Amino acid sequence: MKRWAVGAAGALLISAAALPALAVSDPSEMLKDPKLEARAESVGSQLRCLVCQNESIEDSNADLAKDLRAKVRQRIVAGDTDKQVMDWMVARYGNFVRLRPPLMASTVLLWATPVLGLLAGGLIAFFSRRRFAAPPAPLSVAEQARLRELTGAP
Amino acid sequence: MSFSRRHALMLAPLGLAGAAGFAFWKMLDRMSVGKFDPHALNNPLVGKPVPDFALSPIGPGKGFTAADLRAAAAQKPVLVNFWASYCIPCAGEADILGSLAGEGLPIWGVAWKDKAGPAQQFLDRYGNPYARLGNDVSGNVIIDWGVYGVPESFLVDRNGIIRWHLAGPLTDDSVSQDLRPALKAIA
Repeated sequence: MKRWAVGAAGALLISAAALPALAVSDPSEMLKDPKLEARAESVGSQLRCLVCQNESIEDSNADLAKDLRAKVRQRIVAGDTDKQVMDWMVARYGNFVRLRPPLMASTVLLWATPVLGLLAGGLIAFFSRRRFAAPPAPLSVAEQARLRELTGAP
Repeated sequence: MSFSRRHALMLAPLGLAGAAGFAFWKMLDRMSVGKFDPHALNNPLVGKPVPDFALSPIGPGKGFTAADLRAAAAQKPVLVNFWASYCIPCAGEADILGSLAGEGLPIWGVAWKDKAGPAQQFLDRYGNPYARLGNDVSGNVIIDWGVYGVPESFLVDRNGIIRWHLAGPLTDDSVSQDLRPALKAIA
């Protein structure tokens, strides 16, 4: 019973640590209007933290990410649309700041990868299908007799 | 299956692997001679006018604005250097900045969220190459410039256009291979 409780507590602790908590832990950072704050969070979650590079600015505790979050909220309060905020960031940090790369000449291959993968898989399946020979013909009467003789079956 | 088609099918993956290998080798080759840097952060402001900003005073610096920078650059191109007293690579590039300033290149410093005391200590210890110096107290100005972190340097030409940018410390190589040609091009 005791061991069970310790195990459960441990599991709870580990799963709590694994929760992807947003880094905005400081309530003073958040906008008063929940609608605007929700928009800021959705824009922020699409912006790359440029220091950590694989986190969004909403997830990161880096100093620059904190300032970028503040900047996003500034723009949104000033009346910018989500797209305008995004464009404002891209004008300064390039497309790298987007966590979801846009479709353009240099990213065509990236976006086409799923289709290309499917195509390659389909080709492999098509060509390997032909390699399977037809199933062997059923045994003739003479062969069946020989088989019985060898296995001693009735 | 005909002879030629069978061969083509067998050779296709080999050809693909060969092409990929060649491209990879070419990339490594370009990296080794400094023509390609996968970690380079290309600032989209290169080729664009300097953004509007205003900096607070810090230590020996009185701060400056975008208008000050544009007016000075109209006389002579300016190297804008983002740094901080707590930044170790900034100490590493201090000698290079010092010798560039000694050659007569105006260098304007932007401290990132720094404090007067430590900034003064840094300048006393590593030398002060800055013709003008200001502090980005809020961290807003560096975002306007698309700066990732310190150190970063920008070259501003006579028309107030950013002509060259480096994210990271200046090195002898980056000065001789990139900054000097850029300076020559706008001289």
